[in-house]
Amino acid sequence: MTTVETATGPAKTMVLNMGPQHPSTHGVLRIVLELDGETVLKAVPDLGYLHTGIEKSCEDKTYSQAITLTDRMDYLNPLGNNLVYCLAVEKLLGLQIPKRAQYFRVLMVELQRISSHLVWLGTHAIDMGAMSVFLYCFREREEILKIFEFVAGQRMMTSYIRIGGLALEPPTGWVERVEKFLKMMPSRIDEYESLLTGNRIWLGRLKGVGYISAEDAVAYSMTGPTLRAAGLAYDNRKTFPYCSYEEFDFDVPTRTESDCFARYIIRVAEMRESLKIIRQAIDKMPAEGPIRTEAPGIVPPGREKMKTEMEALIYHFKIFTEGFSPPAGEAFATVESPRGELGCFVASDGSPKPLRCHFRSPSFINLQALPKLVVGQLISDVIACIGTIDIVLGDVDR
Amino acid sequence: MTESESQNTNVVVAGLRAWSANAIEEVIEFRGETTVVVARKNLRAIAERCRDDRALQFNLLSDATCVDRFPMEPRFELQYHLVSIPLRQKVRIRVPLFGNDPIVDSLVPVWPGANWLEREIFDLFGIQFTGHPDLRRILLPDDWEGYPLRKDFPVEGYRDIPAIATRYTRSRP
Repeated sequence: MTTVETATGPAKTMVLNMGPQHPSTHGVLRIVLELDGETVLKAVPDLGYLHTGIEKSCEDKTYSQAITLTDRMDYLNPLGNNLVYCLAVEKLLGLQIPKRAQYFRVLMVELQRISSHLVWLGTHAIDMGAMSVFLYCFREREEILKIFEFVAGQRMMTSYIRIGGLALEPPTGWVERVEKFLKMMPSRIDEYESLLTGNRIWLGRLKGVGYISAEDAVAYSMTGPTLRAAGLAYDNRKTFPYCSYEEFDFDVPTRTESDCFARYIIRVAEMRESLKIIRQAIDKMPAEGPIRTEAPGIVPPGREKMKTEMEALIYHFKIFTEGFSPPAGEAFATVESPRGELGCFVASDGSPKPLRCHFRSPSFINLQALPKLVVGQLISDVIACIGTIDIVLGDVDR
Repeated sequence: MTESESQNTNVVVAGLRAWSANAIEEVIEFRGETTVVVARKNLRAIAERCRDDRALQFNLLSDATCVDRFPMEPRFELQYHLVSIPLRQKVRIRVPLFGNDPIVDSLVPVWPGANWLEREIFDLFGIQFTGHPDLRRILLPDDWEGYPLRKDFPVEGYRDIPAIATRYTRSRP
């Protein structure tokens, strides 16, 4: 308890622990709030409850083994994590990826983006008191998870994107299933919008809440929908294209209000843009072609080859026992995750295990601007702010 | 490396060289990425220059991390990844630090976003940042001993293994 001077004389402030067990902190985040009545005077986030030392574990694994660890950081965007790690290692190795694999990667991460935004929309709506939207969002997310299960055998921790390409050839009928999803989804997004965009409670809780200026957002290294809601069209897919994103025609939605409502509008618009990208990826996809690059000793050979060629068998054995050794050096790859700029820094000393593997996780960096957003606002707005920054605690703590 | 990338690099390096002839110790080009090696006494000034120079405009501190090259010396390498949103450029700044003196100027006054990134490096590597407003552990508990991402910190940790676990570890060769 401390005493503060207010307009009506000295008043007592209260320190409130929000979390770590609090449903609207989306995991285990603790925020120490100093309150004057219901107004937030100070907010200090306290993290690390989910710290699992993934970066240290990566140093003890071979390059291909570490892929499975990346899935488990941002558990709403496992394919994006696989992708950024593989891009960094491929850069280190100087590998070129076949076009067909690149389009498939784009297709997969865009599906993942929609599924991540759906979880965000559903859980954020529940935080704001709209229960039914959650059920509708998870209904569509389930369809995406089934699509992932169909192609990779796993719903969430797919580890489908591998160094040099993809794990498996997509099965027959998979693309048709994605097409079916594409046909259904636009009307479903309209449905969410009809429930929320004009909703008076929704507007009252989000409009004008959690403002941050564009200058502050950049200074605090914020990226993703939060930065775009402040008016800066910084999207890695456009600014520093990877995986042939430069061949796709899509818009980067921006707003200038920079409040929680603008972030909601941007995420919904991004879902529609992702649908556009998936459509183009299916149309552009070459019918035939390799899904893995030809790199003996680095990328595992196909099953058929392994059974007929002695050399392929030896490479297969060596890749899975001792791994491969990239040249000494460093590489930093960035992708646009649903939450912002996701980066992976890999340093090699020429041995089969990474010397250092660091992830620039957007949740961690965006979260540090939270005090900037909530100070001076009401305690109920803190929940709206945490929600619209869209943090995933697995990504924050790693 | 493509033609446009190599031109970008030259702009960054030339911009810094034009400002101060001996600000840069070394320039490394690897896989289309530019690494500028600077001495730690110049770090703050170079960071300010990178942010404010009209030809550079590195307004976003994308990432900051550290590499431990133990037992080599200088064992620590701080890696700052800068992005210029208006000019679409990227550069990496590397600062080597000796193991017996891991202290460097904080970049929080230049980019406030460096705050948690530097706390993370302090937490996991034990690098001290002078001028940091709030240098505390961030991911690990406050009473944690040691800096786990250092190479001389074992993956399994230092702490005593509970009695049940020793039964399995003792038989290990």
